[in-house]
Amino acid sequence: MDYPSTEMTEDTEEQSGGDGLAKAIDPTRLGPGAPSSTPASAPTVFRIDALTAYYGKSPAVRDVTFDVPGNQVTAIIGPSGCGKSTFIRCLNRMNDVVPSFHTDGAIYFHGIDIQGKDVDPVNVRRQIGMVFQRPNPFPKSIHDNITYGLKMLGMKDDLEGRVERALKRAALWEEVKDRLKDSALALSGGQQQRLCIARAIAIEPEVILLDEPASALDPISTASIEDLMHELKSDYTIVIVTHNMQQAARVADMTAFFSLSEVVDGSRSGVLVEYDRTDKIFTTPGDKRTEDYVTGRFG
Amino acid sequence: MSVQADPGYSLSSERLRRRKVVNRIMEALATLAALLAVAVLVIVVASVVKKGIGAINVDFFTQTTSTFSFGPSQSGIANAIVGSLVIVFFAILMALPVGILAAIYLNEFASPRMRAPLQLALDVLNGIPAIVVGIFVYVLLVLGSGQSALKASFALAILMLPLVARSTQEVLALVPDALREGSLALGAPRWRTTLSIVLPQAVGGIITGATLATARVAGETAPLLFTSSLVGNEVNWNPSHPLMSMPYFIFAASEQADPGLQEQAWATALVLIAFVLVASTIARYFGLRSRRRRSGKR
Repeated sequence: MDYPSTEMTEDTEEQSGGDGLAKAIDPTRLGPGAPSSTPASAPTVFRIDALTAYYGKSPAVRDVTFDVPGNQVTAIIGPSGCGKSTFIRCLNRMNDVVPSFHTDGAIYFHGIDIQGKDVDPVNVRRQIGMVFQRPNPFPKSIHDNITYGLKMLGMKDDLEGRVERALKRAALWEEVKDRLKDSALALSGGQQQRLCIARAIAIEPEVILLDEPASALDPISTASIEDLMHELKSDYTIVIVTHNMQQAARVADMTAFFSLSEVVDGSRSGVLVEYDRTDKIFTTPGDKRTEDYVTGRFG
Repeated sequence: MSVQADPGYSLSSERLRRRKVVNRIMEALATLAALLAVAVLVIVVASVVKKGIGAINVDFFTQTTSTFSFGPSQSGIANAIVGSLVIVFFAILMALPVGILAAIYLNEFASPRMRAPLQLALDVLNGIPAIVVGIFVYVLLVLGSGQSALKASFALAILMLPLVARSTQEVLALVPDALREGSLALGAPRWRTTLSIVLPQAVGGIITGATLATARVAGETAPLLFTSSLVGNEVNWNPSHPLMSMPYFIFAASEQADPGLQEQAWATALVLIAFVLVASTIARYFGLRSRRRRSGKR
C-alpha cells in the first residue's frame, strides 16, 4: 500500500509506539485545540473528540477519539455489538431518527461540530453520504434513483450527464445504460448496492460512509465494491465499517479497531482500542486485544 | 427385501388413535364455524335479493321516492342515491385529508410517548356508537339552524376518521425504514422523504383503507336520522339542504304499511349491499396491487 507522504507514516508510528492504547489515542494530542500534524496531502476531515453515544442511559460507544484523514479509506473493524454501526451513523447524524439517542463529546467536520445546535442535519448529510448494509434502492427506475437526490437539491442542470457520470463512477453504467427506465428492484444485490453508491456520489458529497456495504453480497459483488473503493478515494473520503478483517486489510489505509469494554456500571460498551495505519494494525498491533482479534483468537 | 423394526422401536402408540379422533373433531368444529360465517352472509344476501329483486327496474333508479304509493308504483330511489352520493362524497372530502395527515403524524413524526395515547384516542373514537355521534352533531350543529347534508357528512366523517387514520398508519408502518434512511442519507428533509418515498409506497393501501371506510359509513343510518331526515321527494344535489339517502329510505320505507314500499326498502338494501361489494372488491384489488409492488415483483 502506498501512502501520500512519509510524514504521515512517521506520525502514526510515533502514535502507536510504546505500549498501545494510552499513547495511541492520547486525547490531548488529538483534542480540538491540538496542532494538526497531518500532512497537507491528507488533511483531517473528521476530528472525533471524546465521543460517547447513548441509547437511553447506557452508552453504546464510549470516549472515542481519533482523526479521519481526507481522501483515504478508513476502516472500522471489531466484533459484533461493539458499536461500529452506531459510531459511523453518528458521522452524518443518521441516529437523529432514533428516539432516546444522544451523545457527549464532539465530531468536528473541517472544524465544525456537526452536532452543534445551529447545524442542520440535512446539510450534514448533503456533505456526508451513506451507503447501508442492505442495498436500499428506492422502488423507482434506475434513472430516478439517481435523480431523486439531484432534483431535491436543485442540481437540475445537465441531469442526464450527472446520471451517467454517477453510474460510471460506480462502475454500473455498462450494465444498465440500456435499461435506465427499468425498476431498480430488478437489479441483482451487488448492482443494487452499486446503484446506492452511485446515488450517494451523484449529489457530490465530500465523504461517503459505508456501513458493512458488502455483508449482504456474494464474493464477486463484494470484490467489485472493494475495487470501487480504491477508485473512489481519489475524490472522496471513505469511512467503512466491516466485520470482515480481510476486507479492511484489502481496502483501508487507516484502520480503527473497536472492541467491547469491561463491565462498567453493569453494562459493556464499545471502545476504540487502537487506531493506526492498516498494515501496522494487521502486522504489529500495539494492543494485545487488537492482536488477538486480527489473529483470529477472538471475535 | 423386507425390513424389520429394531426390537423395542415403535413409532405408533395406543394414544395415536385417540389423538387422531380429537384432531378430526377439532378440525370439523373449526370448519363448521368458518362455514357458519359464510352462511350468515349468504342468508342475508339471499333474503335481501329474494325480497328486493322484484322492485328493481329502470324506474327504481330514475324515479324519485314516494311516501304514499299504493298499487303498482311509479316511484324509485333516484333522490336517495343522489343524496347518499352527496353525503358520502363530502364525508370523504372531510375525513380523508385529516385521517391521512393524522396517520402521517403518528407514523412519521410522533415520538413514541405521543403515539400511544393518540392511537388509543383513535381506537376509542372508532368504538363510539354511530347514534352517539349523531346526537353530538345534532346538538352541535343542527339544533337551532336545521338539518343539512353537509352536517350529515360531518357526522359520517367523524365515523370515518379513525378508520382511515388507523388503516393508513398500518400501511405506512409496512414501508421499510431502509427506504426512509436512504432518502434521509441523501439530505432529504423528513417531509420530502414522506411525500416522495413513503407515500407512493403506501398509496395502494391507503386507497384500500379509505374505500373500506367509505363502504362502512355509506350504510350508517343513525347519524342521518338527526342530520338529514326531514327530506323531500325530489332529486337535489345541494349539500346545504337535508337530502334523502339510501339508509334513511330503508329505515323510513320499512316502517310503512304499504307492501310496495317495503319491497322498495329491500331493493334499496340490495343496492347498498351491491355498493359495498363493489367497493370491497376495488379495495382488495388496490391492496393486492400495492403489496405486489412492494415486494418488487412486476
